[in-house]
Amino acid sequence: MVNVAGPADKIEPSFLEVSTNKYKGILSWLLTVDHKRIGILYLFSMMTFFSVAVVFGFLIRLELIAPGRTIMGPQMYNQLFTLHGIIMIFLFIIPGLPAVFGNFFLPIMIGAKDVIFPRINLFSWYLFITGGLIAVISTMLPGGSADTGWTFYVPYSVRTTTNVIPALAAAFILGFSSILTGLNFVTTVHRMRAPGMTWFKMPLFVWGLYATAWVQILATPIIGITLALVIVERFLGVGIFDPALGGDPVLYQHLFWIYSHPAVYIMIIPAMGIVSEIIPVFARRTIFGYRFIAFSSLAIALFGSLVWAHHMFTAGMSDTAQFVFSFLTYAVSIPSAIKIFNWVSTMYKGSIQLDPPFLYVLSFIFQFSIGGFTGLMLGALSVNIHLQDTSFVVAHFHYVMFGGTGFGIFAAMHYWFPKMFGRMYNKKVATWAWAITTIGYNALYFPMFIMGYLGMPRRYYDYLPEFQPYHVASTIGSWILILGLIIMFTNLIVGMRRGKKAPANPWGGATLEWTTQSPPILENFHTIPTIEKGPYDYSQFEIPAAKEAQ
Amino acid sequence: MSSTAHTHVAHRDDYGSRMGMWLFLFTELILFGGLFIVYAVYRYMHQQEFHLAAQELNTTIGMLNTIILLTSSMTAAMSITALQKGNVRFSMSLIVVTILFAGTFMVNKFFEWSAKIHHGIYPGSKELVMRPEGEILYFGLYYVMTGLHALHVIVGVTIFVFVLVFMKTGTVNQTAYVKLENAALYWHLVDLIWIFLFPLFYLIH
Repeated sequence: MVNVAGPADKIEPSFLEVSTNKYKGILSWLLTVDHKRIGILYLFSMMTFFSVAVVFGFLIRLELIAPGRTIMGPQMYNQLFTLHGIIMIFLFIIPGLPAVFGNFFLPIMIGAKDVIFPRINLFSWYLFITGGLIAVISTMLPGGSADTGWTFYVPYSVRTTTNVIPALAAAFILGFSSILTGLNFVTTVHRMRAPGMTWFKMPLFVWGLYATAWVQILATPIIGITLALVIVERFLGVGIFDPALGGDPVLYQHLFWIYSHPAVYIMIIPAMGIVSEIIPVFARRTIFGYRFIAFSSLAIALFGSLVWAHHMFTAGMSDTAQFVFSFLTYAVSIPSAIKIFNWVSTMYKGSIQLDPPFLYVLSFIFQFSIGGFTGLMLGALSVNIHLQDTSFVVAHFHYVMFGGTGFGIFAAMHYWFPKMFGRMYNKKVATWAWAITTIGYNALYFPMFIMGYLGMPRRYYDYLPEFQPYHVASTIGSWILILGLIIMFTNLIVGMRRGKKAPANPWGGATLEWTTQSPPILENFHTIPTIEKGPYDYSQFEIPAAKEAQ
Repeated sequence: MSSTAHTHVAHRDDYGSRMGMWLFLFTELILFGGLFIVYAVYRYMHQQEFHLAAQELNTTIGMLNTIILLTSSMTAAMSITALQKGNVRFSMSLIVVTILFAGTFMVNKFFEWSAKIHHGIYPGSKELVMRPEGEILYFGLYYVMTGLHALHVIVGVTIFVFVLVFMKTGTVNQTAYVKLENAALYWHLVDLIWIFLFPLFYLIH
């Protein structure tokens, strides 16, 4: 089937050494059209933004360790949680998996040399950077950074004197970047699959990206026009969302969530794809229920686009609408549960190897399940009234987005690291980092469930003294988490520079990327492979040099 | 595409390029779709006032502009056929005609808008704020939606100018005309959106 691209010791210069243009050094990166280099550009820019937002999160937690003023004033606090949200959502979690690992691995996994529109791919990175820079610059302009929360709810976002317009413009541009990535991926999957790579021989990560890409294409324009309308409103006072002129602020919330709820699935579906890649490799078993997992991605994308108003149960809606949206919210849990059951079934009777990527996947399943179940609690109409706008909600979406997608990104980083950089990190340190981040993570967010249930509102600067024990636990958790993150990133950066050379297939994966050398050559494959077997077929597979990798 | 010194192979896939364009057109439709939702909601809430406000628009200019845009779509389509038949000069002049139609459309639009602004009807004006809510929203949407559409007309013209340059240099030719096709697809979308805007603003009762 697949042509094994040379032995583990390199015989050919990799994409890190050969560029697609005539330049050397930094320009060969900034003007590259190679999907792998663009993926790495995204990786580093995204991680920079992530680190900044982590610091903001750390400061927010520190402020909340005691009631009243601790280290900052209320205005600063509002601006910090807004920036934390904007950066984490638009600059880290939405582009995280598709733009970094999708760019790098989607073409390789379907046996292609690149995405179909390489220059648009580079353009979308520039849009990403532009949007990011505008968001950063807006914090330094007079007036201060936006203090609206990442949701930009009107009428406050129209009235506040802070720099809302640059923040909106940044989100608009980032949306455009996201659309172009999605458009590229859908077309690439349709047109660039290698001979024999039928739809049902595609790796599940590719299925996840494909479903995600459709959501990116079909949902993002709505947020584009909505944010543009707020900009217009601020400039001209058209009145579309201004109750004084007849406009309806609740309509803004609908339009906002028509995108922003599907965006949650833009974040989670590729992470589920990662999990579906990693589990078979480390359980040494074919994935259980391949087609169910593939179709459940599409089902999540479809149902997930129809549940937006469950963010607005207390905002004013007809009872019928509430019932329908609550029902659909429950329906969307079915495909998610299908995935969880299939993953667990895949592990059953497998010969499991507890390497760092797999450990992160275990955290993903644990935390995502908690996030999912609490999501169902929030989707129930009666419970929702009690829990709306409490820190229970904050805990819920952090469990899904950070505990789910965030840990999915960490899993992907540890899984594909040897392929991307041709070197291996220290596995022992990585395992410690996993343990510390998982403990810190749960210590940080689990108390929020309890205090939210007891009535602690979200986004509040101050609180009653009875909530303090939970806040202290949560803040200490944030320190443990950050310690874990520092260890993880240091380990990866050291591995990148000084790690042992990695073989072509250190984990024993059967998907196409493991048939290329580490790191891959510029064109990925010497000859385009012909595919005869499914992506998780280990029947005639020799478990390779997993032991020598570290 | 990614042409390079040594290795990267030029990859041409016209079907893929068209597919990418169609996907992009979906996003444009949905972009306007958001506005159509807003329009639907507010018209449902203020039917009478929308009707009254609509009577203040000049249906003649609106119809004239509709005819102009429809015709320009035809010339755009004809330019593709002309290029496919190898008649580059004729194809190019058809594109120029398309651009001229677009210019005429914009001039009409300009007169329409400035007449309204002259009468004190623009977002935030004293005259408009005094009116009933439905009329404020109607004119707000009128400016936003036709304004966004006009922006698309300008983008469409820019794309056609690029295609003209490509035809001049020979990048777009009888065998490789997908760029022209995509430009025309975009132009048809601009046309299509106007076909919905025209009745929604000028012809309602």
